[in-house]
Amino acid sequence: MAAGVAAWLPFARAAAIGWMPVANLPMPVAPAGKNKRQDEMIILNVSGRRFETWRNTLDRYPDTLLGSSEKEFFYNEETKEYFFDRDPDVFRSVLNFYRTGKLHYPRYECISSYDEELAFFGIISEIIGDCCYEEYKDRKRENAERLMDDQEDNKDAKPPNMTCRETMWRAFENPHTSTMALVFYYVTGFFIAVSVITNVVETVPCGTSPNQKEVPCGERYTVAFFCMDTACVMIFTVEYLMRLFAAPSRYRFMRSVMSIIDVVAILPYYIGLVMTDNEDVSGAFVTLRVFRVFRIFKFSRHSQGLRILGYTLKSCASELGFLLFSLTMAIIIFATVMFYAEKGSSSSKFTSIPASFWYTIVTMTTLGYGDMVPKTIAGKIFGSICSLSGVLVIALPVPVIVSNFSRIYHQNQRADKRRAQKMQKARLARIRISKQGTSNAFLHSKRNGLFSEAPEFTSSTEEDQRLNKSTSLLESQHHHLLHCLEKTTVTSPLNYINHEFVDQQYYQQSYLEAGLQNYPSRSPSLSSRDGVSGTCCTRRSKKQHAPLQNASGPAHMQPLTQVHAHPRGLQELSTIHIQPLSTSRSSLNMRVDEPASLNCQSSQITTAIISIPTPPVTTSDGDAHLRAGPAHQNVVKVSAL
Amino acid sequence: MKSRSQDQSLSDSRELDRSYDPLTGSTADDEELSAVRYRPEGLDPLVQKTNFSRRELQVLYRGFKNECPSGVVNEETFKSIYSQFFPHGDSSMYAHFLFEAFDTRNNGSVTFEDFVVSLSIILRGSITDKLNWAFNLYDLNKDGCVTREEMTEIMHSIYDMMGKYTYPCMEDNAPKEHVDNFFQKMDKNNDGVVTIEEFLETCQKDESIMQSMHMFDSVI
Repeated sequence: MAAGVAAWLPFARAAAIGWMPVANLPMPVAPAGKNKRQDEMIILNVSGRRFETWRNTLDRYPDTLLGSSEKEFFYNEETKEYFFDRDPDVFRSVLNFYRTGKLHYPRYECISSYDEELAFFGIISEIIGDCCYEEYKDRKRENAERLMDDQEDNKDAKPPNMTCRETMWRAFENPHTSTMALVFYYVTGFFIAVSVITNVVETVPCGTSPNQKEVPCGERYTVAFFCMDTACVMIFTVEYLMRLFAAPSRYRFMRSVMSIIDVVAILPYYIGLVMTDNEDVSGAFVTLRVFRVFRIFKFSRHSQGLRILGYTLKSCASELGFLLFSLTMAIIIFATVMFYAEKGSSSSKFTSIPASFWYTIVTMTTLGYGDMVPKTIAGKIFGSICSLSGVLVIALPVPVIVSNFSRIYHQNQRADKRRAQKMQKARLARIRISKQGTSNAFLHSKRNGLFSEAPEFTSSTEEDQRLNKSTSLLESQHHHLLHCLEKTTVTSPLNYINHEFVDQQYYQQSYLEAGLQNYPSRSPSLSSRDGVSGTCCTRRSKKQHAPLQNASGPAHMQPLTQVHAHPRGLQELSTIHIQPLSTSRSSLNMRVDEPASLNCQSSQITTAIISIPTPPVTTSDGDAHLRAGPAHQNVVKVSAL
Repeated sequence: MKSRSQDQSLSDSRELDRSYDPLTGSTADDEELSAVRYRPEGLDPLVQKTNFSRRELQVLYRGFKNECPSGVVNEETFKSIYSQFFPHGDSSMYAHFLFEAFDTRNNGSVTFEDFVVSLSIILRGSITDKLNWAFNLYDLNKDGCVTREEMTEIMHSIYDMMGKYTYPCMEDNAPKEHVDNFFQKMDKNNDGVVTIEEFLETCQKDESIMQSMHMFDSVI
């Protein structure tokens, strides 16, 4: 239950008086308060700073240090206060959590010290409110990375038993791990540079041929350049094949950008080898040589910055798209205007609208080559408007892109954000797990006979102690309220169908099976043995259930037959042994698969004592309500926390 | 011209801001500032008006103020608070009826005084007072008698709180059956309505109801 609403529980219980005249059955007895003592102040002395709060405030979260009896270990008899030798600044946040129900993470606090304090006081960090959770997670991740980086610097020993393939891959990905890898890294880098320079120098004119024509070096020293090219391509091919061999997932490797660049870089050479000096295709061949320039992209393996740049451009795609779109719009508008403005003048270069595109682009980007200039007055006016607006149109989206780039450059870990999405679900799951306690508590209390129908079973001191141990007063009162509601919704004393809160899955199952079995009665009686009963008229033969832990406590709940003064006959129920109390998460009682003795008379008591689920909830359907996990468990959704 | 364009631009930005409500002409911020901050009159008058002790009133007010810092509860808050206690079902209708019963001045908000006065009747009043209060809850139009339709609505709202997932499955006519039983029990002269006298009479003769009315006395 949320902290704030705990204060309204008395109101909710009082409002239940509206059900009383309508109910046909006597209500269960209310849990006796812990001797109704007045709410008292507690003094918590944390390293000398005294915090005072009501005891009730701390009792709101019974599974934390301060809310449970664990704090008694810190009680100082002489000063009558609880002393904690911890950081008082962080304790402020911890105490505010009890007061307001929300845990905040102060930004100035060191993340690891905060975590330690939370662990000490038994508070899970997933409870941090949404306002502070992002910050908390970011800091935690940064910290973890920093620690990991430090560790990586220290760890140079390679893990033993790596296959040759894994060694190679590791060498490729982390060149600094071994000397061989480093050598390889530099050699490939050198050859990339050589190859690029070769491509460039190939086109430089050097010297003249006999017939006074400038000849590019490539044609003059064909053989030399060809040898260089061959050497480079051979190196690149070998490198590519080695990477392909070493890659853990070849298919994925082949799909990656870097490998595509590699392939594109070396393919033209092979295609050139295959093709002969056929005049028809030589034009195409020339085009292919352009792709050799892609070898320069291979440098991105060697440069982190280049990779980030590429990544940034990819992530700024929408801003770039917007820039492009607005430019296109403006270009078309101005080109049209200029065309029609210059149509009149003779010898105008603006022969068509597409021809005017060139002028518009050059003007808007303030290049101004001057190969096309307007001659009419209207043209000049519009031309000036064009250049002025060009500045604006370009200047607007560019800062967005720039800021994007700088943001990403600083936190170049997009993959972690994707992981954070998954962690959101995991976080909810963890909160649910830790709060299983409260949801199970309803069933615990039921089972432990807190809802016994006869007054004489309520106030044995033994039971009181157990009550105190197992569930807080707030919870027991809440459960009592829910139990009253169950009792109210019995339509008539003659047709006693006691509806119990059950889990959704249980409901669906029982609905299905009930439909299949087609029994006349919808309120079968149950026989209960050894702690847990719990079948309806259908059998659950498919489920394996662990046998119950043996009950060590005395039988608390007498057969309900004795309790109800019921007009019709009641089914005899065997004694129910109560399990020893334990905290919710550790109790391991599963439903026993017993053949339910069916009783087809319609007016039998239904006392479905639902067994308690135990393993932590692993579903993460993002639902705020606590839903049950595996199908064979029943959780009563008591409190949405 | 300049001033007009300034106003124009201001209104444009306000529209974009979305906190501006063109109907009332006030921004959301203004509304929050002018929210009602209600204070109860004082501890002593309340002690006199109700049967609570000073201490109990203090505890009650602290809880009240924590959840409703503005000093009044409106129906939405009421419903949301109540629904936290019944997470599996839909308690909004019953909360609505409760709100109507608490809102004795019919102005759509429950102040601390209303709250405490009603609680005092429920928890510290005489049995007749409590039954009267319950009757008032059922009597939706406050005309002095509970008709079948009113009772059916109340019953539906109670059954709604149980939610869908019950064992055994809730029949659809369970509320109706329950209402029939209720009327059979309470409506002595069979005129189709239950008046306050019939109600009081029947309840006072029923032991279990009498007993259960006292059950929550120690709640505060």
